[in-house]
Amino acid sequence: MAGPAIALILVFVIAPFFLAVGFSFTNQRLVSPNPAEFTGLSNYRQLLGMGVLHLDPLKDAAGAVVLDDQGQPKLPELRKITRKNPDFPQFDGMRAWFSWASGEGRTYVLARDVVFMTAIMNTFIFVLVVAPLQGGLALGLALLINQRLRGINVFRAIYFMPVVVSIVVVSLLWSFIYDQREGILNNLLSAISFGTIPRVDWLGNPSTALGAIIFMSVWQAVGFHMVIWLSGLQTISPTLYEAGAIEGASKWQTFRYITWPGLRNTAVLVLVVITMQAFGLFSQIDVMTKGGPLDSTQTIVFQAIQRGYGKQDISAGSAISVILFVIVLSVSLIQRYLTREKA
Amino acid sequence: MAQISQDNRGLRLVVRYAVLCLIAAIFSFPLIFMVVSSLKPSEQLLADAHSFRALLPLGDISLQNYFDAFKRAPVALFMFNSVLVTGVTVIASLALCSAAAFAFTFVNWKGRDLALTVILATLIVPFETIAIPLLLESSKLPWIGAGGITWGWLNSYRVQIVPFIADGLTIYLFVQYFKDLPAELIEAARVEGASWFAIYRRIVMPLSGPVLATAAILKFLAMYNQYLWPIMVTQEEQYRPVMVGLQYFFQLNRAWGEIMAYLSLITVPVLAFYLYLQKAFIASIASTGVKG
Repeated sequence: MAGPAIALILVFVIAPFFLAVGFSFTNQRLVSPNPAEFTGLSNYRQLLGMGVLHLDPLKDAAGAVVLDDQGQPKLPELRKITRKNPDFPQFDGMRAWFSWASGEGRTYVLARDVVFMTAIMNTFIFVLVVAPLQGGLALGLALLINQRLRGINVFRAIYFMPVVVSIVVVSLLWSFIYDQREGILNNLLSAISFGTIPRVDWLGNPSTALGAIIFMSVWQAVGFHMVIWLSGLQTISPTLYEAGAIEGASKWQTFRYITWPGLRNTAVLVLVVITMQAFGLFSQIDVMTKGGPLDSTQTIVFQAIQRGYGKQDISAGSAISVILFVIVLSVSLIQRYLTREKA
Repeated sequence: MAQISQDNRGLRLVVRYAVLCLIAAIFSFPLIFMVVSSLKPSEQLLADAHSFRALLPLGDISLQNYFDAFKRAPVALFMFNSVLVTGVTVIASLALCSAAAFAFTFVNWKGRDLALTVILATLIVPFETIAIPLLLESSKLPWIGAGGITWGWLNSYRVQIVPFIADGLTIYLFVQYFKDLPAELIEAARVEGASWFAIYRRIVMPLSGPVLATAAILKFLAMYNQYLWPIMVTQEEQYRPVMVGLQYFFQLNRAWGEIMAYLSLITVPVLAFYLYLQKAFIASIASTGVKG
């Protein structure tokens, strides 16, 4: 009786997983007249290739530092090193990812695929902000909803409402709310500040776009985790609270010594689930920003889909998928280790 | 003294409700705005966005945006596709996953524990990591139809349904539930010579109302709201679900009235369904967390 379900999982979950690993070592394309060839690690090298390069200022024949028009020490051109320079084959095709001044010159961190590196960084920022923010707010809401008040179920129902709405719908709605000229958010800010707060193009500005998407994502999903916290809260025995009240525990002490220890397992679950969902960030990006402006909202999954589907480069998309899987697996192992039951 | 503490309690209650209402406003205003705006012409919608009128159905109220949305895109077709794909997947998933969970919980067979471990391990594989190879695989799978064997599943209903019928989470939910059923009941039926299928059909399923509701609600939400997979596998309009249909409304000069009408059309039925079965929805999410 388990046969059909096992067969389907084998074909549609386990096989694609191993195919992803396999394709990532080839040059497989979605549609191609030529059979795919084994290309070893080249996809990974292309995506993850990095190098560090220190450039000293140019010196003239007398050994003095050459200055540019602004009076700054003049550095050799980076392009001449990374473009087909036989002396530096390891940097060929790389671009500067970021750099800092060191000594008289500059140190550059180069990457073969700067966009993908940005995508990895953005995804980590998203996860690192969303996991504590969403988990914490959800716990706050759960504590609020756990009070005995008339009509509290109505509030619970409203807080949970965005969870049943598709993230695609939510993204389109919020792209109106965030709009620079017509958006409700700017209207509201300008009304409460009597026009002193300038209108911001929330999704069109590289410094606010990711933040705007984070806020919206938390708004949509926080109700889900509120309910999970709530079910954890309800497993804590009321006799513990009674004992606490008799001992004269303050609200904070009650939370710290009764509620929080009782929520341990729930906390681990909430953390792991939010982290896994957050690493999959895609729909919001696809609807709202397409990775822009200036790659400030590029994410790992968006890159995987853009290459694997958009450019039909299955092998690069698969390599990105494998990298994502390794990241998710490592992060969840680390989380499990850090939250393990201490003997 | 008594008077003061009475007032104090009253004031505290007011503050509590005020906080609850403020948060409720944050969670509901975009959805209220969506429905209210769908009834207004685009120019009025934009003008109203500057005041509280944005949340009130005032002025030139009509269903014109809905008619225009139906003219712009084959909305009825998209809705039919979504209902078909979601409905078939939910029903097939309940049947196959409960049967599998039954075999995992009550029947002894070789390789059972290994198979269950592997299925539970798939829970840590995010769908996004298998989407790309699954796309290639789907483009080559065979299908036996009226016209013999054909190759390639892209642009079809089956490519949206079959890969999502069996999943680790649904099987896990059923296994957790079945473990708490009284084992004596099943043993007694075995002694009386009932077949495994009869036990599944006559004893276990009738006792499984709550878990069936949970699994159905979770699958329904996941399927109806799917976006990443259908945008890749439905290049032909004929098979597109409602979320992909949204793309018909993305253009440079967005007609916000029509967009809000379309968003309302695809969202309000789900919201109504949720508000009607609110307790079951919330219980289903809660039950995924209890065992941790």
